[in-house]
Amino acid sequence: MSKFKKKKSGDLPAISTASLPDIVFMLLFFFMVATVMRQNTLMVQNKLPFADQVEKLDKKDLIMYIYAGKPSQRYQAKYGTEARIQLNDKFASVEEVQQFIYAERESKREELIPYLTTALKVDEETNMGLVSDIKQELRKAEALKINYTTVVGDAMQNVN
Amino acid sequence: MAKRSAPEVNAGSMADIAFLLLIFFLVTTTIETDSGISRKLPQWQPEDVEPPIIKQRNIFTVEVNSNNQLLVEEEEMELSELQEAAVEFLDNGAGTGDEACSFCQGAKDPSSSVNPQKAIISLMNNRGTEYGTYIAVQNELVAAYNQLRDREAQRMYGMTFTQMEKNYNDPSYNGDKEALKEKIDVIQDMIPQKLSEAEPRS
Repeated sequence: MSKFKKKKSGDLPAISTASLPDIVFMLLFFFMVATVMRQNTLMVQNKLPFADQVEKLDKKDLIMYIYAGKPSQRYQAKYGTEARIQLNDKFASVEEVQQFIYAERESKREELIPYLTTALKVDEETNMGLVSDIKQELRKAEALKINYTTVVGDAMQNVN
Repeated sequence: MAKRSAPEVNAGSMADIAFLLLIFFLVTTTIETDSGISRKLPQWQPEDVEPPIIKQRNIFTVEVNSNNQLLVEEEEMELSELQEAAVEFLDNGAGTGDEACSFCQGAKDPSSSVNPQKAIISLMNNRGTEYGTYIAVQNELVAAYNQLRDREAQRMYGMTFTQMEKNYNDPSYNGDKEALKEKIDVIQDMIPQKLSEAEPRS
């Protein structure tokens, strides 16, 4: 009786695949964490300007987003390079802003309506003409609380 | 020599490692929040309303043209000098009697503002101005207000205004929020942000 029994076969044992699900899960988690959720698909260029005197915008459900800027590369053939407004997932004209605000208000609970803020995500190359047209429309719709969304940084970088 | 086969690696703890990683990422991730300059638009008004009469000395005009150049009080200016000029204007405090400013440290120039409550900054753009420049100007003007507010808050309460606001908005701050709010209101009354925006010229 020997203590060191010699195994019969010289073949390597099959590699255990029990850990494969774990690897897959790990990858899944990584991508879940690294993904930034976006509510809207951007159809305009959106390089936000810099500013350092900023306030944070908490309470995501109380914010209405208005995007503006030049149409992105793949829409330029169809819509040209003139700066445009994007509401939800489509391009809109200035007149549609009011309608958009009313529709957004409709979808919120009544007691939250006074706290609604409009976030203007405007590309830094846009002309002020378009922005002030939007602001006029917001005033007409009585959506007076606005926020110019910016990237935190030195404002002097905007000028150059 | 006996040829040994490789022993099977115990994979039972793999799940634990995966969970550990998951929990680490869950804890360290912050969901990004947007930030920006908050403004309140004025009420929509019918065209025929007469604007109130304001003395010229209490208005600080900032104009931006379509080439993104600044004209401040009829003089050309670089953006980097704007904050200082605005602070000088707001802090001038040339008022006497009822309009006297008790805390101003400015030059008391008789052709400039009487006190920060009366002082209005008027911003006018051209339709061709770039949005980036507009934000930069806004940022500098807000910075001017914040600089003054910080100074006064530091003098009166030993804490800067920005710090006070930060504490007030911080849910985990365990000081007296009511008292803090009162202090913030006092400072805001002393130095109100009066920033008027005219409709852009084309």
